[in-house]
Amino acid sequence: MSETTAEGGHGAVPTGPEIPSGAEPTRANTRRDWPLYEVFVRGKRGLNHVHVGSLHAPDDEMAVHAARDVFTRRNEGVSIWVVQAKDITASSPDEKDPMFAPAGDKVYRHPTFYEIPENVPHM
Amino acid sequence: MVHEETVYDALDHAHGGEGQWAFGTGFDDPLAGVDTTVPEGVDPADLGAYCLMLGDDALVLCQRLTEWATRAPELEEEVAIANCGLDLLGQARLLLARAGTCGVLGRSREHATGSIPDEDALAYFRDADEFRNHHLAEADGGDFAQTMVRLLVASTHRLALFAHLRTTRDPVLSAIAAKGVPELTYHRDHAARWVLRLGDGTPESHRRAQAAVDAVWPLVADLSTATDVERRLVEQGVAVDPAAVRDEVRDVLTMVVERATLTVPEWPADRPSPGRAGEHTDELAPLLATLQGLAREHPAATW
Repeated sequence: MSETTAEGGHGAVPTGPEIPSGAEPTRANTRRDWPLYEVFVRGKRGLNHVHVGSLHAPDDEMAVHAARDVFTRRNEGVSIWVVQAKDITASSPDEKDPMFAPAGDKVYRHPTFYEIPENVPHM
Repeated sequence: MVHEETVYDALDHAHGGEGQWAFGTGFDDPLAGVDTTVPEGVDPADLGAYCLMLGDDALVLCQRLTEWATRAPELEEEVAIANCGLDLLGQARLLLARAGTCGVLGRSREHATGSIPDEDALAYFRDADEFRNHHLAEADGGDFAQTMVRLLVASTHRLALFAHLRTTRDPVLSAIAAKGVPELTYHRDHAARWVLRLGDGTPESHRRAQAAVDAVWPLVADLSTATDVERRLVEQGVAVDPAAVRDEVRDVLTMVVERATLTVPEWPADRPSPGRAGEHTDELAPLLATLQGLAREHPAATW
């Protein structure tokens, strides 16, 4: 497993070997080889979908069902997205400095020098 | 500011910011503002008996579903099954409470000590012969495939009944049905998806799904014959005649089972439900022992 693999991921991409195709389903590979999905939920008052966690499911439709049952059972959500973790391309921790450090001292990119009118929402 | 770090923060924000949304927030009381007077011309004893039938179906099936806790094939599925059970428990609680207000407690009340709510007295202090659920609810869960096939059959039948019960003359029953319809729609959808995947899956899952269908199918014989109580209540505009939803139930089940590439067994001939008359299989008593043990040992326990 490489460094960016993260079971139960928070944005990292599993890079382990693919499940061998054409293998006879056995107890071992039908149980644990369900793909990992990342789950995003939009709350009643939320404006956008927010990552809430991850789960295993046999396919996309069942992943939505499982997400409903695991992550919205206390009234948390009005919309769910799921995506297979392997389909997320993430930035690498190795690239942290070149990726993010340059933004650290660009204070002029923040709109803090402006008065925001009171009737501009969601800022 | 409507910028929330997580959906949970948003929930917390929406409910007073005390960080206790996990204990339940934003819930609606399904009976808020509902007139609980038994409508004129309706026999309270009949209405109570009817609520007991529908309540016991839910209570007993809920108990069967909870048997999967810690045993489900996947963690996600365990939560799904428990959620279905909890929905049914909620329906059972409201229905048994309604049965209580209709005065069905009778001799069960003598078992109870202390001040126990009607629905608890009915759930925990009746013996098997006082339960009115169909055998479909009490039958052993079998393997995962059988649990899903039974859930499919039970939710399809119950959804058809509840859809009609939304317009019953009893306002309480109507509110319970309105709350139950989306719940049962989800149960049916969830079970159907699994039956499709198991039937049209691996040779082993297909074999098990077919065995499950073959095991559950005979139990539908009990579902479509109205009891005397139901017949009287149908005339009073309160109950649904189960025979009226039989074709709809059969069509849905047939469609799902065929699409799952399984063989649809012959639809069994209708018979009066023994369960509705208090005659149960040997499988009910052990289920009730688990369900009722704690409450009978410690009747006024709270936690």
